[in-house]
Amino acid sequence: MEIFFQVLIDGLVIGAFYSLIALGYTMVYGIIKLLNFAHGDLYMIGAFVGFTLLSLFTGDGGVNTGILGLGVVFIGTMIIVGFLGMGIERIAYRPLLLAPRLSILITAIGVSLSLEYSSMIGWGASYKVYPIKLPNDGIQLLGTQISFAQMGMIVLSALLMLGLRLFIDKTIYGKAMRAIALDQTACSLMGVNVHRIIALTFFIGAFLAAGAGIMSGIYYGTINFLMGFTIGLKAFTAAVLGGIGNITGAMLGGLVLGILEAFGTFYMGGSWKDVLAFGILILFLVFKPTGILGAKEMERM
Amino acid sequence: MKKYKKPSLFLLVICMFILPFLLNSYWLDVLTLVLFYVVLTQGLNIVVGYTGLLDLGYAAFFAVGAYTTAILMTTFHWSFWLTLPVAFLFAAIAGVIIGTPTLRLRSDYLAIVTLGFGEIVKILATNLEITGSASGIYGIPRPAIGSYIMASQKDFYFLILIVAIISIIAVYRLGHSRIGRAWVYIREDEDAAEAMGINRIKLKLLSYATGAVIGSFAGSIFAVKMSAIAPLSFSFLQSVMILLAVVLGGLGSIPGVVIGAALVIILPELLRGVEDWRYLIFGVSLVIMMIFRPQGIWPTKNNTEDVDDIETEDPNQSISISK
Repeated sequence: MEIFFQVLIDGLVIGAFYSLIALGYTMVYGIIKLLNFAHGDLYMIGAFVGFTLLSLFTGDGGVNTGILGLGVVFIGTMIIVGFLGMGIERIAYRPLLLAPRLSILITAIGVSLSLEYSSMIGWGASYKVYPIKLPNDGIQLLGTQISFAQMGMIVLSALLMLGLRLFIDKTIYGKAMRAIALDQTACSLMGVNVHRIIALTFFIGAFLAAGAGIMSGIYYGTINFLMGFTIGLKAFTAAVLGGIGNITGAMLGGLVLGILEAFGTFYMGGSWKDVLAFGILILFLVFKPTGILGAKEMERM
Repeated sequence: MKKYKKPSLFLLVICMFILPFLLNSYWLDVLTLVLFYVVLTQGLNIVVGYTGLLDLGYAAFFAVGAYTTAILMTTFHWSFWLTLPVAFLFAAIAGVIIGTPTLRLRSDYLAIVTLGFGEIVKILATNLEITGSASGIYGIPRPAIGSYIMASQKDFYFLILIVAIISIIAVYRLGHSRIGRAWVYIREDEDAAEAMGINRIKLKLLSYATGAVIGSFAGSIFAVKMSAIAPLSFSFLQSVMILLAVVLGGLGSIPGVVIGAALVIILPELLRGVEDWRYLIFGVSLVIMMIFRPQGIWPTKNNTEDVDDIETEDPNQSISISK
């Protein structure tokens, strides 16, 4: 039973990362129906920017960064990467908003390659060790050791998701996003600055992905310029699992996938866990493309 | 112009046969690789260019061909030539397996499912016993014609050159056949195509299977040329490079994708010293290409493959199947 909870906690932490990234996918998809292949790479950039900031922040490699310093690094990184996300939308996607799907998908692959290999050039191809070490102590709960770091990550992710939910439900910008998702043309006729709202969506998606990036850097200890590829694919799986375009669905999908994968790894071994995730993705796309919470969208495909 | 087309093509082929005697072994190797890419891009051209189905896992078919040949030749001691039909069969089956669940999906989902399949094939190759796990299969015997054993660089150059020519002719003929026109019709407007009596499902599967068979042909030859194969050669990046060649050259355009294949291979060779930059350059060029010249370097001029359509104003009226 202890093992069960241990695996569950691991799954929850990884699932929280998936959820945060899946949110970006699902928001962008919901608003402009674009599958942003480069989104996983924003997570990677987040991890690297956080790495650089942490190293800068404390000359000694960041080992002694306090909670306050860590907070500043988090916010700084998320804002920087958020603007990067906006920039990508402005340069690469906006000119193609009216172009055929195939063109914009290929563009997204190009953006993904560009991000990956520019960070390889910038930060190097080798694995980087994250300049921070969190204390291992924690509390015993139901016979399981849960570290404060794990708890902190789950809480932080939950707060971010709650914040997003409130932002989308309560603010005028959130309302505009929901409206654009429904009918872009009508929105622009009603005086909504569609481009600005789309840019904001990209900002938020990148912002959340960057947060997940730093957290996973701290959690796993090492980062690499290709780390965004697989996790991006899995976050997309999570978004599909929950129902693409659905915010709550993305959160739920991420957690479900994280937990499934943790148990899958535990019972089948680590080398098959990616097959499990992609298998789930394919099964869902084939049998229930609308996901667990997806809207009943009647679409002739 | 038109009357020079045939003689100049003929001249080009002659040149391609003479070239290996003039080049050093380094450039011969590069040229061989270009020809591999020519075959692969022709296969992908059917799927993405003609039928408009974005496939991000095309390297999987390349892998199926390579591994089928490798396993049959090392474990079962088959002759290389006998492994080819088996490889084709497996590739066609793989194409149908990948194609069937994706038939109902929209283009962006389709892309991600093919990507997932590509990764699954790579993971299978990395983990299964029969494919030699992560280290792959080595010591693949050389193919023989009668008593002559093909072993030199030139032998493989000629082999892949012939296969490249065959595949170009095949893809050209297919594109101008009833099937090819149906594929283009599906790409342009799936519903209208179906209303005209085109069997959408059958033709899409046929497109996948044909593309897969061509890809596996390249894979089989790759296995005997390299005499060792490993899962790393069949990564997502490989699929992306093949796609890049097709897109750069011009979707659906045969001379275009040949140029694309040459560019994708030769450019990095010329850029030696700044090797780290090559994928960055490729990524940026994909974006620039899509924004400023989505039809590619050498687009099709055929009436049935309407270039203007790629710049259509309505996102739903696209070359994709996004309806």
